[in-house]
Amino acid sequence: MKIVVLVKEVPDTYGDRKLSLETGLADRSASERVLDEIGERALEVALSYADATPGTEVQVVSMAAEESAATIRKGLAMGAASALQVVDPALAGADLGVTARVLAAAVTRAGFDLVITGNLSTDGSGGVLPAMLAEHLGVPQATALSAVTITESGVSGTRATDAGTAQVSAALPAVISITEALPDARFPNFKGIMAAKKKPFETVSLEDLGVDVAPASAPQSILTQVSEKPPRGAGITIVDEGDAGEKLAAYLIENRLA
Amino acid sequence: MAEFAADSILVLLDVTPGGALASSSAGLLGAAAQVGTPVALIVAGADAHASLSSDAATLGAATVLTADLGGADTALTVPVVDALASAYDLVHPDAVLISNSIEGRDVAGRLAARRSFALAVDAVGVGRDDDGVLAQHSVYGGAFNAASAPTFGPLVATVRQGAVDARAESVASPVVEPLTVTGSAAPAAQITSFTAEVATSSRPELRGAAKVVSGGRGLGSAEKFVLVEELADALGAAVGASRAAVDAGYVPYSHQVGQTGVSVAPQLYVALGISGAIQHKAGMQTAKTIVAINKDGDAPIFEIADYGIVGDVFQVVPQLIAALAAKKA
Ligand SMILES: Cc1cc2nc3c(=O)[nH]c(=O)nc-3n(C[C@H](O)[C@H](O)[C@H](O)COP(=O)(O)OP(=O)(O)OC[C@H]3O[C@@H](n4cnc5c(N)ncnc54)[C@H](O)[C@@H]3O)c2cc1C
Ligand SMILES: Nc1ncnc2c1ncn2[C@@H]1O[C@H](COP(=O)(O)O)[C@@H](O)[C@H]1O
Repeated sequence: MKIVVLVKEVPDTYGDRKLSLETGLADRSASERVLDEIGERALEVALSYADATPGTEVQVVSMAAEESAATIRKGLAMGAASALQVVDPALAGADLGVTARVLAAAVTRAGFDLVITGNLSTDGSGGVLPAMLAEHLGVPQATALSAVTITESGVSGTRATDAGTAQVSAALPAVISITEALPDARFPNFKGIMAAKKKPFETVSLEDLGVDVAPASAPQSILTQVSEKPPRGAGITIVDEGDAGEKLAAYLIENRLA
Repeated sequence: MAEFAADSILVLLDVTPGGALASSSAGLLGAAAQVGTPVALIVAGADAHASLSSDAATLGAATVLTADLGGADTALTVPVVDALASAYDLVHPDAVLISNSIEGRDVAGRLAARRSFALAVDAVGVGRDDDGVLAQHSVYGGAFNAASAPTFGPLVATVRQGAVDARAESVASPVVEPLTVTGSAAPAAQITSFTAEVATSSRPELRGAAKVVSGGRGLGSAEKFVLVEELADALGAAVGASRAAVDAGYVPYSHQVGQTGVSVAPQLYVALGISGAIQHKAGMQTAKTIVAINKDGDAPIFEIADYGIVGDVFQVVPQLIAALAAKKA
């Protein structure tokens, strides 16, 4: 069984995140770059199945700028067998449509029985990529799974939505996305970090994948306007001296909030 | 056959397991009416078509297209995408609006990929300029405002639930028309069982709520989290939580506020025993008034609070509830 896990490099959410007011793109210099936590959880799902099931191959795939290779390598240190990174200057500012076409081509090149993604990336928060990918690949998708069971021929799991909780299943090949309800990922250990240096890491371009992202090839979503909101200032803070509940009640009533 | 206005906006309305229009419907039709003529698509069992159509018209749909389930009760996403693609071919709208729910995002993603449409997600509003319909976004927890538009072709956008306040005028005599759906034969995942979410309380829904009271790890246990619910009830507010509170099992995930939970922008947000991590702030910092109670005076939540109290929630909140009750009496 071959499992492909889609991982993404994102700005560290513990830092300040900025958009460039000129280009509307994420300002890469404004914050640390890390492997998206949800992608690590997706990798954990694949690795724990592989641990229990000999003959399982796990590959991480990412579309990211060249300098992100070090971040993607963390996936190898955690235990993935190989990595595939799509790097191309033409991908700067790629919209969801371009990203989905490129990742579909990359995943096809990698070969897969199962693709595992996060449900929402912490920077894009699009949450549409797994479904787009499944449509391009012509396979079923089961998204937002908070529990996953993988077998030789299928995948099933629990999918909680606003409407209720469903048990869903799909025959392989398939695409699934997982939620943060699944367990935290393992930490890479020293042995893993050393081993990662020797694992296959392939870098491919758009030309290698045969994907055309020229503006005329398909409609794209472009930012037409960006503005920064003034940061929110602090109001008053009081220390409770035994009557803070009453003071707050008065504040809420005065401001017609209670 | 119905004629469709040149400025038609096709709106997919979600239907709840109980057979009613989802609460996102009013905002979707409200947004559509701001930029064109709303045409609603409803995918449901045939016996519900009449009542759902009239509800959609009340919310502003000029035309309602009705499609049978076509397997949407046993197969994920694909039957709804097939219906929406067929509706698109009939209407040729300027934009397609879909709820930014888990189901809605999947439908939007598949439709955009299938037809090579430009896709915008999590719009908080829509607008129109000379080139067509554009989507408005609130990025990085509201720190930035942005707008996006397709380079050409229609806009497909998912709209954040509870984000659009505009409401469309109700339509007295809508055109209701059954839709002929062309199936795609795209493979779909199967739904093997389903348990509907039972509304367990009369509390307002978190998304779009005017007031929210949230609790964090500081509440200490699921039993003690009841204090959050008591204050919410005293204020008529929805109940929210931090991820730490969800992870500890005090409340289900559906209550999580933040970057990977629900984004809220209420009139009043009360944070109880929440430190104010950046991922939590991302989901609530656009609230009009923020109140925070935390025993650590250095907690980052105080940096954005309009009214902060350094104190113990188990002292302050019961007194607050009593004072509110006394004022009301
Ligand atoms: C990728 C990613 C995504 C995330 N997404 C989210 C998200 O969507 N939403 C979210 O909330 N978090 C999210 N987080 C987690 C976030 O970083 C914090 O860990 C989390 O918000 C902390 O929750 P908390 O404030 O309840 O807990 P803590 O940080 O532990 O804070 C508890 C607070 O309670 C106070 N306290 C304790 N006892 C009392 C008392 N008796 N009275 C008053 N105050 C008391 C303490 O002083 C403390 O400040 C995410 C993290 C990552 C990495
Ligand atoms: N550039 C990318 N490279 C690899 N995987 C990605 C990329 N963008 C999105 N994904 C995957 O798609 C999931 C959902 O992302 P998004 O649609 O951006 O919220 C992520 O958790 C990743 O697994």
